[in-house]
Amino acid sequence: MEPFRVVKGGAAALMQTNINTDVVIRIERLTNADRSKLGRFALEALRYRADGSENPDFPFNQSKYRDAPILIAGRNFGCGSSREGAVWALMGMGLRCVIAESFGDIFYGNCFQNGMLPIRLPDSQIQMLAREAAELSGAFTVDLERSKVTTPSGRTVDFTIDPMRREALLAGLDDIGLTLARSSAIGVWQSADRLARPWVWDTGGRPAR
Amino acid sequence: MPQTLFDKIWESHVIEDFGDGWALLHIDRLLIHDLGGAPALNELKRRGLKVRNPELVFATPDHAVSSAPGRTGETFPEGAQLWSGLRKMTREAGIRLFDLGEDGQGIVHVMGPELGLVLPGATLICGDSHTCTNGGMGALAFGVGSTECVHALATQTIRQRKPRRMRIRLDGALGQGVTPKDVILHVIGKFGAAAGVEHSIEYAGSAIRQMDIDGRLTICNLSVEMGAKSGIVAPDDKTFAYLAGRPFAPGGKVLEQALLHWRSLASDDDAAFDRDETVNVAEVSPTITWGTSPQHAIAIDDMIPDPSTESDLDARATMRAALDYMGLEAGRSIAGTKVDWVFIGSCTNSRLSDLRDAARFAKDRRVDARVTAWVVPGSLAVKRQAEAEGLDRIFRNAGFQWREPGCSMCVAANGERIPPGARCVSTTNRNFVGRQGPHARTHLASPAMAVAAAVTGAISDVRCL
Ligand code: SF4
Repeated sequence: MEPFRVVKGGAAALMQTNINTDVVIRIERLTNADRSKLGRFALEALRYRADGSENPDFPFNQSKYRDAPILIAGRNFGCGSSREGAVWALMGMGLRCVIAESFGDIFYGNCFQNGMLPIRLPDSQIQMLAREAAELSGAFTVDLERSKVTTPSGRTVDFTIDPMRREALLAGLDDIGLTLARSSAIGVWQSADRLARPWVWDTGGRPAR
Repeated sequence: MPQTLFDKIWESHVIEDFGDGWALLHIDRLLIHDLGGAPALNELKRRGLKVRNPELVFATPDHAVSSAPGRTGETFPEGAQLWSGLRKMTREAGIRLFDLGEDGQGIVHVMGPELGLVLPGATLICGDSHTCTNGGMGALAFGVGSTECVHALATQTIRQRKPRRMRIRLDGALGQGVTPKDVILHVIGKFGAAAGVEHSIEYAGSAIRQMDIDGRLTICNLSVEMGAKSGIVAPDDKTFAYLAGRPFAPGGKVLEQALLHWRSLASDDDAAFDRDETVNVAEVSPTITWGTSPQHAIAIDDMIPDPSTESDLDARATMRAALDYMGLEAGRSIAGTKVDWVFIGSCTNSRLSDLRDAARFAKDRRVDARVTAWVVPGSLAVKRQAEAEGLDRIFRNAGFQWREPGCSMCVAANGERIPPGARCVSTTNRNFVGRQGPHARTHLASPAMAVAAAVTGAISDVRCL
């Protein structure tokens, strides 16, 4: 997983509320999942018109935002389905950071497993960032080491990220390696639990009544 | 210190406390399905890892398999590889698979409770957001992403941060024609699609205590549509009676031991919740959605809302876009809107009680000539029992298609879609843009309301049938 330290570039705003992961990536795009090829299907219902041509109103189709690594989004972004393909697709279109007032919980967790930084900020700051994204053309800087967003006009906004998650992102680690190191503690817990809750462990199954 | 039910289950599963609310939690049950199963097991292999506790992992194909009568795993060609991969990889790993045509197969959140795999006080995860359904059994159950699923396969644990606690008391008696689905849609309409973000919800109150297990599963199913990862109902005698004799539920001496534990699973009287809400369910009417978020829910006799009355500008724009997508006009009544499709199925409303309820209204009626209507039972067990009761004949005689168990048109991952622009009343849980197919228009409702739409050809009040 690619570490996240500093990301610099354009930001585009999509301020609809409750943009869900079905809209981020259609399920059918995931049945033949090659996760590296999902970028062109990201947000396709918004990004393309019914005839398949680009929707010129969609910010990422405008030259100013085409390669923007930052998305400023309406609240409850990424709600709905647990599909991690939503994160893969957004990363496939070049995003590294999503900023919103709130996120769907599962999407939020999935971001950290893939080197994508989700930042929660109060609505007033989101509105300010969205305005700058629309009106100015300079770059935003998202600095995870300093937990700071700098806007094109030079304003800075501090954000907070859970320390455990921040460390893992900076180091480019997902959870699996970290937990494997605790294998023996898990074994100890399980041995005790087999005695305390045998019904959880007896999974042989009986014939149906 | 007084504890909530959630806290009790959480704490009894902590292997290591990392501080700051973070913990390594033991996972008692891990369920996998065709969409995520083989990819997760492949990823595990790629990392050179093994399934730690295959005896706690269970699998079934549901998302990407056809629901056509006589289907096989290859009827939907794009899903064939996921299905055969799931068969191969679960066999290799020693994971119990409930395959197509075998006892136990079904939508993963329907088959779990039905087999007695989901137990009160247990932790359960699955790479699917509607895993919260299983909270209806008194389990702590939530959906996870692909990487977390691999994590759980490798370690039988998950790293989580403890959410805040929310309680929703549902008090009172349900009115005529009102079902648990109407109640939960009403609740989401009232509190919004983000009300539960970063919270775990406990449903309590007299209406919940009255409700059978199927109804509780339906209520918990839509917790994620309020933004919560999990929803839970304290187990009670109804839960224990439901479990009795199910294939994977404990029996004999071990059951006595389990019951002792299960009976302790309730929030303490003075436990504190970060948010506590009460809803009088007597006020709930048959409910239906008009827009593209489950929070766009209104009573059947309401008018389609007017975005200009919404003060938040982003929310107003979102409402306008929803009306436009749905092809509806603000200020009109929702009843009378013509429909093209009706879908009865999904982990929300495809259990036996749902089909019985639907059949009650379908009996001696005919599906309107311009409507295509499907019934997709939630599991093979539901299908067989429904057939034993003659429900399939009632549906077929009325002009419904009677199909094989799976997710089908709930998510259209198996190629079964609502055509572009067509309008569907669906017993599912998501009316998102494109959910049932590109440009498909979805109205969420109860099975009874779905039948009312099918037989009248329009969105209708089931109380007037
Ligand atoms: S029925 Fe629908 S919501 Fe339920 S698991 Fe299947 S696709 Fe998901």
